[in-house]
Amino acid sequence: MTLQEKEQEIIDEFAIYDDWMDKYEYIIELGKELPLIDEGLKTDNRLIEGCQSRVWLHTDFDGENMQFSADSDAIITKGIIALLIRVFNNESPKNIASSSLRFIDEIGLHEHLSPTRSNGLASMIRTMKMEALKKV
Amino acid sequence: MNETIVKLDVEKIRSQFPILHQEVYGKPLIYFDNGATAQKPKSVIDAISKYYTKDNANIHRGVHHLSQIATEQYEDARKIIQKAINAPTSEQVLFTKGTTDGINLVAFSFGQMLKAGDEIIISEMEHHSNIVPWQMLCERQGCILKVIPINEKGELKMDVFESYLSDKTKLVAVTHISNTLGTINPVQEIIEKAHALGAKVLIDGAQSIQHTKVDVQELDCDFFAFSGHKVFGPTGVGILYGKKDILDAMPPYQGGGDMIAKVTFAKTTYNELPYKFEAGTPNIAGGICLGTAFEYLNGLDMDAIHDHEQELLAYAESELKKIDGVRLIGTAENKTSVVSFVVEGTHPFDVGTLLDKQGIAVRTGHHCTQPLMDIFKIPGTIRASFAFYNSKEEIDVFIKALQRSVNMLL
Ligand SMILES: Cc1ncc(COP(=O)(O)O)c(C=O)c1O
Repeated sequence: MTLQEKEQEIIDEFAIYDDWMDKYEYIIELGKELPLIDEGLKTDNRLIEGCQSRVWLHTDFDGENMQFSADSDAIITKGIIALLIRVFNNESPKNIASSSLRFIDEIGLHEHLSPTRSNGLASMIRTMKMEALKKV
Repeated sequence: MNETIVKLDVEKIRSQFPILHQEVYGKPLIYFDNGATAQKPKSVIDAISKYYTKDNANIHRGVHHLSQIATEQYEDARKIIQKAINAPTSEQVLFTKGTTDGINLVAFSFGQMLKAGDEIIISEMEHHSNIVPWQMLCERQGCILKVIPINEKGELKMDVFESYLSDKTKLVAVTHISNTLGTINPVQEIIEKAHALGAKVLIDGAQSIQHTKVDVQELDCDFFAFSGHKVFGPTGVGILYGKKDILDAMPPYQGGGDMIAKVTFAKTTYNELPYKFEAGTPNIAGGICLGTAFEYLNGLDMDAIHDHEQELLAYAESELKKIDGVRLIGTAENKTSVVSFVVEGTHPFDVGTLLDKQGIAVRTGHHCTQPLMDIFKIPGTIRASFAFYNSKEEIDVFIKALQRSVNMLL
């Protein structure tokens, strides 16, 4: 599945919810489900300090594709991270660096990426893309 | 008991605030973020529109008709505000950009009269804007900052305050009401005790101006700073009240137009109060319409408002306590209509996001009081702050929505 196809899959999954609370119910489930990161990797050098919530991000590269693992102290942030990781994992640095992440807008989560929201997500995506750029 | 207690007509008041009558995410808006900023009555909104439609001109400078009208309205507003806070004269009522600006003015200008080793006392519950300007002053002048601690209820430890006071104390800068905890501080007592040792007192009135009748002469404070936007007026304008002898002795803050008497390259002399501290074209519409906001408040019964807000506070606290895991942050005996809380096992940001999607505007985070969060060892709180246009019915909806959010998160 291409990165774009993965995005489309998420958009389709969210299309069935017309109520905001149902949408968030699903995001929270995603946040609860995934053990996203090895506890030992939650170190300060992997911490992205948001004003409201905090995010830990760890990056791996096998010479071809990238792997991310991450966590947050806020569960909604964590659920959105789960979506990002689903889209970015096993993708080439080039694909990641050039991705527009249109699914975020499409499923109505744009507000979570505004820098003023200060939940660490905007910085996290910036960091993910920068890590990818270094490998291009 | 007083039998002539007048109940506040909340429905009538609500009808005067257009913004309250809308839906967000398909749900009726419930605005519980009045600690951050208050909504504006129609009279204020109309006054802003009228000013730009009919009266706009620069003030204090023009011979023409509009300039005179704008100047008159601006100076009238100053007098309305003077009366509202009972300042002795209108020249002691300085227009600023807001609380932060007023505090910075004092920190810079009064601060220039301080020397190394002089002490300034603040408290642990201060907003960043009543912390950082003093830290900057201490760095500039070598002054020493002392911080009054709080107890677990969120009240100032007055015995420690008294132990800090000495003839080295030059200024005590404390908040009248904590924006995070709702604590109403015993400012009268603080002022008396500070004065007994010759220290001046600045009161951060950002929160109190919305909830209480402020009388600067009765308080006998040396400075009182507040923001227009928290008292149902426009953003970008505020007031700094100061005692005349102190303001006269203080050097100007910013240089520019309006604040000068005569400018030559050899020597410039400064204008009189209040203009000495009002450099440049001010927020004219803001100042005029802040006057309108106080006129609006003059038409309301402050005692009835007080009773109504206290009723909302008591009701919200008792309903919140029924929810498992809720811990109130700030349980002072003397509190205004603010409830800050955390829910065990949840993050304030998650709760705030889910409340938002149910139409409820609360604030989450550290509320610009990071040191206070460290003291309570929490990352932040969820804060609901009520104004007189809020109702018990809204609190019922809020409590239901909160319970639903917590169920989803746990
Ligand atoms: C207690 C207190 N002090 C100062 C301020 C700063 O006010 P402003 O941002 O309007 O200057 C606030 C605003 O949140 C406050 O609540």
